[in-house]
Amino acid sequence: MSDHAAHVSAETVRGNGQGSGRRRGGGKGDRVMVPPAEFRSYYGRPIVKPPVWTHDVAAYLFTGGLAAGSALVAAGADLTGRPALRATGRVAALAAVGASGYLLVKDLGRPGRFLNMLRVAKPTSPMSMGTWILTAFGAAAGAAAVAEAAPYLPRRGALGLAARALPTAGRVGGLVAAGTAPALATYTAVLLADTAAPSWHEAYPRLPFVFAGSALASGGAAGLIGAPVAEAGPARTLAVAGAALELTATHGVEHRMGLLSEPYRTGKAGRLLRAARLLTAAGAVGALVGARSRAVSALAGVALLAGSAATRFGVFEAGRASAEDPKYTVLPQRERLAARGDA
Amino acid sequence: MAGPNSFYGPIDPAADAGWTEAPPRMGFFTDTSVCIGCKACEVACKEWNAVPDDGFDLLGMSYDNTGQLSANTWRHVAFIEQAAPPSEAAMDVLREAEASVSTQFLGMPSSTLPGSSGREDRDLRWLMMSNVCKHCTHAACLDVCPTGSLFRTEYGTVVVQEDICNGCGYCVSACPYGVIDRREDDGRAWKCTLCYDRIGEGMTPACAQACPTQSIQYGELDELRDRADKRVEVLHQRGVPEARLYGHDPADGVGGDGAFFLLLDEPEVYGLPPDPVVTTRDLPAMWKHAGVAALTMAAAAVVAFLGRRP
Repeated sequence: MSDHAAHVSAETVRGNGQGSGRRRGGGKGDRVMVPPAEFRSYYGRPIVKPPVWTHDVAAYLFTGGLAAGSALVAAGADLTGRPALRATGRVAALAAVGASGYLLVKDLGRPGRFLNMLRVAKPTSPMSMGTWILTAFGAAAGAAAVAEAAPYLPRRGALGLAARALPTAGRVGGLVAAGTAPALATYTAVLLADTAAPSWHEAYPRLPFVFAGSALASGGAAGLIGAPVAEAGPARTLAVAGAALELTATHGVEHRMGLLSEPYRTGKAGRLLRAARLLTAAGAVGALVGARSRAVSALAGVALLAGSAATRFGVFEAGRASAEDPKYTVLPQRERLAARGDA
Repeated sequence: MAGPNSFYGPIDPAADAGWTEAPPRMGFFTDTSVCIGCKACEVACKEWNAVPDDGFDLLGMSYDNTGQLSANTWRHVAFIEQAAPPSEAAMDVLREAEASVSTQFLGMPSSTLPGSSGREDRDLRWLMMSNVCKHCTHAACLDVCPTGSLFRTEYGTVVVQEDICNGCGYCVSACPYGVIDRREDDGRAWKCTLCYDRIGEGMTPACAQACPTQSIQYGELDELRDRADKRVEVLHQRGVPEARLYGHDPADGVGGDGAFFLLLDEPEVYGLPPDPVVTTRDLPAMWKHAGVAALTMAAAAVVAFLGRRP
């Protein structure tokens, strides 16, 4: 009889115990009640497949947000006569959107076929929508950034003609980029949520706000780093407001989703998101108190950028962790069945 | 064409995808009460579809050394060992199935010596199930595919066009059953096609053709559903009350599976989600939330710059 204990344990397993065990050990003192993690599974194997996406995609979540935030800052600076802030925003937006394209193509299983994304436009596929948003944004942000070269061109000849046309083209490009920027910053939340990874899907009402806040914070941060304090006022406001939104929405993701919040608080994701909280809060405080100092502002900007990146990687890791442990698939579905009276 | 139930709810998927005068929806009914764990389906699938091997791993999971459905495994036979004496009724059902196998066959896994006869004296129950792509009515993999590589066939099944797929991997994360996967050395996504090439010629898919006990049954989905209902009734009458259907209900979270199952325990025991829901059911709500967040961003930018002209 005794050897059959092994068969029981093969089929009825506990979760990795990491989260609940730590809490029981008197860890963070979060009051979220987790149902007893007793559930059945097939040898503890995952039910849904963990994402095949690498950290390239997590990094893209950051660069895409940075591009969007920077484009908003650049357009605002352009319309309100802040040339240094405008140049910073435009260059940051182009660099970030360029990195985004590189990261996304690199993550494909068949990078040579990335253009196949453009053979359809499919509203049911956030990735298809995102491709089109990114394409439109990239072209516009590129035009805006190139326009910053106008002062360096000769005044005569064909190049002189270009130099005179560039500012207008830059303004149009900058405004189009700013118009698509909010979509670029938030569609990535739908991209993650529209999966079977339990903790990504469950977070769909909150993730867009996490990413919107994170994008504003990083765009504002770019402005704080690149522009003198005399011009950086609105960037400072956006950085602080974005940081506040990012912190608030992330707190909701970490604590308001019952068992499915657990992957955001434990393991690698938990560490990243704790670091993100510290960096973002420190950056916001630095941005507020450093309003007269270029150096403090720049440091605050660096902290906000790092915080935004850590948030993205943390969210990415949490989704992966929730897919890897069958507990996060089975228990919420069992609860749902019990609530319907089917179980 | 697309209608109000395109995301969720009962629907005819071929018609919804735009097929006119489509043939009847085809599917699999996998009856695990007669699965003897021979893995002929796994082998036949690999042979017919030229699916590469996935390495020689001894997993220590009963007789299962395949592990899971993947890019290189489109039929997977799960073996569940339970420390409960098998019910005599369930064993009789299985022995009948085994006896019906005409070819020389080693038989189902046993805890007695080869050649011994009579009822086994054991307190170990074996569950075996041949898992496969569910060909969902509402297929998340198909919904999220950004290239149009995944498509709905006229038979209501879901197939990857390997010449289109660019390996973005979105379908892998979207599938609520963990079926479709990316092949590492190849970069593209692969899964069961329900032998699209065979059924177009009126042939039976390779796995169902190879199954010696008719645990895997292929046919028109409506007819299979009727057959499955009757089969559950028979099993209940014969004293196998644990028999239940999985994925047969058009009102479930994926609009019913094109490949559904008769199970002898809870779905999660077989590695199946107990209440799968297609993730795109919530997509309209997701876009709405993202829209509000996007407007918040735009408003924040406007407010930050307003009235601050230097």
